[in-house]
Parts: sequence; structure tokens; C-alpha cells
Amino acid sequence: MFTHLWAYLRERKKFWLLPIIAAFVVFGGLLLVSPTNPYSPFIYTFF
Amino acid sequence: MASYLLGISCYYHDSAAVLLEDGIVVGAVQEERFTRKKHDASFPARSISYLLRERGVTLREVRAVVYYEKPFLTFERLIETHLEASPFGLRSFLASMPTWMKEKLFLERLLKRELAQLGAGPVPELKFSEHHLSHASSAFFPSPFADAAVLCADGVGEWATTSAWRGQGADLTPLWEIHFPHSLGLFYSTLTAYLGFKVNSGEYKVMGLAPYGKPRFADRMLENLLQLNSDGSFALNLRYFAFTKELQMFSPALEDLFGRRARRPEELLEPFHMDVAASLQLVLERALIPLARELRRQTSATRLCLAGGVALNCVANSKLLLESGFEDLWIQPSAGDAGGALGAALAYYHLAEKGERRVCHGDAQKGSYLGPSFKAVEIESFLRKNNVPFQKLTQEDMLSETSRYLDEGKIIGWFQGRMEFGPRALGHRSILADARGAELQKTLNLKIKFRESFRPFAPVVLAEDAPEIFEFDRPSPYMLFVAAVRPELRVPLAPADRTKFGIDQLNVVRSTYPAITHVDYSARLQTVSRDRNPILAQLLEVYRQRTQSSVLVNTSFNVRGEPIVCTPEDAYRCFRRTEIDVLVLENFIVTKESLPPSNQSEDWRSEFELD
Repeated sequence: MFTHLWAYLRERKKFWLLPIIAAFVVFGGLLLVSPTNPYSPFIYTFF
Repeated sequence: MASYLLGISCYYHDSAAVLLEDGIVVGAVQEERFTRKKHDASFPARSISYLLRERGVTLREVRAVVYYEKPFLTFERLIETHLEASPFGLRSFLASMPTWMKEKLFLERLLKRELAQLGAGPVPELKFSEHHLSHASSAFFPSPFADAAVLCADGVGEWATTSAWRGQGADLTPLWEIHFPHSLGLFYSTLTAYLGFKVNSGEYKVMGLAPYGKPRFADRMLENLLQLNSDGSFALNLRYFAFTKELQMFSPALEDLFGRRARRPEELLEPFHMDVAASLQLVLERALIPLARELRRQTSATRLCLAGGVALNCVANSKLLLESGFEDLWIQPSAGDAGGALGAALAYYHLAEKGERRVCHGDAQKGSYLGPSFKAVEIESFLRKNNVPFQKLTQEDMLSETSRYLDEGKIIGWFQGRMEFGPRALGHRSILADARGAELQKTLNLKIKFRESFRPFAPVVLAEDAPEIFEFDRPSPYMLFVAAVRPELRVPLAPADRTKFGIDQLNVVRSTYPAITHVDYSARLQTVSRDRNPILAQLLEVYRQRTQSSVLVNTSFNVRGEPIVCTPEDAYRCFRRTEIDVLVLENFIVTKESLPPSNQSEDWRSEFELD
């Protein structure tokens, strides 16, 4: 996954996203225990 | 030795799988048909298993699996959109992230794990296509055109909401894109939500509602909601749209603009709602036509291919055919995300592997009859096992009997051959009825389909008879165009009927085929020919011999909220729960009157969520 993520960041020249994604990984535990949302079929722009 | 590619779409909505053999589509199916959950987004395990089994191959023999979009690009859009909206949008951000952290960021691993569970041995190589490339490929490569412009319009896929392409031979070149949040699909969906219908399924109802109203809000929409630019591009005024930062489609400003709160689901439809629907439809057409004209000017192509959810708007498609300047139009019948599975596989085959393209007469979609079929022995075994009394006939007798039942005004559940790929039933999983019945639209809507009474029904007609009945000069095999009933077949309106408006127009007989004539004299036309659908063509021929007419009502074989039936068991269950009179499963006929009364506890409403 990380190889593909790095390849994507390089191709899109979006290195500034790296700290944000790293922050997600750090706080990912919190999000992983959150229940899956009930909105996904309706507001699919977010999902 | 044949070479296989598998295309898949899943985890958003309308999950599907498609199998290519040497670049030719040999099977395609949506997962909802197996799981019986409408718009099912789960991994299409059962679809893939069916496709491999049907072709007699294993996953090991598949060269590559191609997923229909690139999730990192979608994630990038989410992050950038929320950063732009911050400090607002925290709620929607937190709501969306668990799905991303649990699944979509690790999609490759997830897909490989799911694929590994489908068979022993190594998982095929996994490839990713871009969302709009998948749509564009699904529109161009199966089309009958060697050279065409391609226009894709949907809600959003990664960043793109609208994209233009040039297809030549086996090549497809991107021309331009319009990016999120400026989206014709989301514009239409937002107003669909305002009108109290579900996003991603209610758009079709809005299109059907539009002819009841007057487009008196079109100018207001164009002045406030959607800006149309001279180069064909457009922009949404985000003041009225909330989908970039909240868990709803529209902001309170939209309600203020119309001076009415949004309609709640199942509330009474008033003339106001019909006028909003009529205005929305007109504005969509006014946006699409300049886009297509600009594409015509840029490419000088004479043919246009369409895909993306917006291409399922058959009223707009007909306007495009008449007013865009293109001589011909081909639309992918599975224009939504399910069709992305087909496009992803075709894009990989033609663009990455440089596979040859053979342009087919008609098209390469095979009538979209690409799903499961059932042998006579399987159907007979099912009927016997369930103690269902049936008649087993020759094909000739079955056609003659079905034709007689139709002429008597009976409603037929018609189940033949391979199931359709795409949202429309095209005569293999259909409910058929006599189009001449004045009360039929109401009966079908309220007692068979259990859906809103305003919704129109589509005609199916022999291709050679179509020009005598409809103002349309070409085949329409996929029910993706509307055509007006010819003036000589229209019934003059009584003075009292002329002043009716809204739903009151519904019961007015407007033509010699009232069941399929909408309030504006239009009909969503399907033409049938022997080469694409021989069994339905033969039924229409036998019916014509009997009645001098080859027009029938064709609506999908399901009830409201239910995916179209897939198996004989699904068909029988639907038959039992509704007032369908006769079930025709290949050459087997089951009549309602031969059965004991249905068990009332088998209520479909408890099983299927209303759409």
C-alpha cells in the first residue's frame, strides 16, 4: 500500500498530503473503532 | 487459447463484474441481482463466480482484474474539499473517514483478499482504471462507431464530473474535464433530494414527473443555481448546495430560493413539485446541448457516445440527438457505475495491452443480454420441487398462448434467456402487458409495481413497425430515447381534459396506446429486432398477427425497491406477491388462477426498502 501511495504522491506532485495522511495513520485507531456511517448510500460524494 | 480479463466495480454503489474473452464481452452482471439488495455496493463475489462458472474458466486463467477507479484520487478530493471548507464540514469528514481508514485506502489488499477467497491459486494481477476513463471506454469501445466524440457526465468520479474524449479505432484520447463540485449529475441529484426522492435512484422519477409541470422556475435556476458559460462549461453556485461539506445535498438557501421547504419522502406531490421537476429537466438539457455542440465543434466528429449516470436521462438524450449537431448517438446501456466494470476491462485491453478492436454492426454490447440464463431442466425442477402447477409447451405454443393472454388484457411476467446488464429490463426479465388498455398504467403502478401512480410505462415495439407509431427514425434497442406518438394516433382531447393539470392529466386517454403515452405524448421507446432479441421479436410478431399491433408495455420484472429478478425463484416469488396474471418461464406457463391464494405474510414491503 505504501509503495502505491508514494507512487501516487510522486505522480500527482502532492507531497503536502503526506503529513495529513501520516496524521490519519496516527489517529487511525480512533477512527477504526467508530461505527460505519449510515449516510453512505445518500451522500456518495464523501465515500 | 483464449485470454480473459475481469472488470469490477464495487464499494461505492452498483457493484458489478464483467468478463472479457479476447477483448469481447462474454458476461456482465450486477451483484444486486444475486444479493437482492438494490444498488448493492459489496464486493461482487457472486457475480465473478457466476461469470467464471458460465464460461468454464477459473480465476487462475484470468490475466488481470481491472478495478474501475483510483481510490487515492477520490481520497485526495475528499481531503482538499474538506480543507477548503474548514472549519466547517467536520461532521461529514468524521463520518466518511472510518470507511476510508478501514477499507478504501487499503483497497488493493482488500480486493486481493476477496479474490483469493474465490479460488485456489495465485490471484491475478490487479490494475486500476480512472473513473471517467472507465465510463468513456464503456461508451466508445462497444459502440458501432470507428470514430466518435465521447461525453461522460455523472455525479462525480475521483475529481471529474464531466469529461470529453475522442475515440478513434482502438484509441481513446482525453480532451477536457470539468471537476467537482461543478457537476450536472449532482445538480440533478440535489434537486431530486429537494423533491423528496432518493439520491441515486429517484432521478428517474423526477424525469417522469417533469412532463406534468411547467418549467416556470428554469430562469430562476439558471440565474441562481447553475451558471452556463459561452464555451459550454458550467458552474454551480455553492451557496445553494451543501454536499461539499455537509451530510445533505442542499443548503437552506435552496428552500428560500423556491419559497418552499423540501418535500418529505412519500408526501403528496403538488403542482409546485411538478414545476420544479419540469424546470430541472429543461435546465439539464440547456446545459448538456451546448456541451455537446462544443465537443462537435472541437472534434468535427459526426458521432457521439455517452456514458455516466446522466446518460440514463433518455429525455435529454433525445434532445441531444436532435439539437447537438451529431448525426448519430450511442449510449452505454449500463451508463452508471456498474458499466464502469465493463469500461475498466475494455480500457485495459485496448489502451494498455493494445488489443485490436473490431467494430461490430449494431454494436458489441450483444443487446446487453449478458447475465445468467436457466435451462428448461432447471426451471422444471424448480416448479416440481415447489409443487407449482404448470404447462410445458413448445415455443410456438408458448408464444401463441402468451399472445392470447396479452390480448385478453392479462399481465405477463416474462422470463427468457440471459438477464440484462444495466438498469433497464429489455425483454428478458420484463413484465409485459397490452398497451391499448386505458386503465393499465394505474393498475400496473399500484397493484403490480406498487410504485407512484404518476410514473409512465415504456413501449416495446417491432423495429419495422416503430416509424408508423412513433416519430423516431432509428433503432432504440436499449430504451434510452423518448419519441412522440405520431399525431394521427393521438386522440383529440375533450375541452374538460384540456384544462386539467398535474396528476389529473394521468387518466386522460391521449392515444390509441394510452398505457404508454405520457402526458406530453412522449414514450420511452424500445425497438426489437430478430437479430438481437429473437424470442421477444417472435412474440411481437405473433401478437401482431392477432391484434394488428406489435406494441406492448414493457416494465422491469420487480416491485418497487427490489432488484430486477434474476432466477426462476425470484420471478416466481414476485409473481406470487403481485397481481401479475401469468408467469412465462422460457416455455413453461404458470397461471395465477391455477394456484392457491398467496400467503399474505409474504409481504414484499418487509423485504425491500422503498426506493
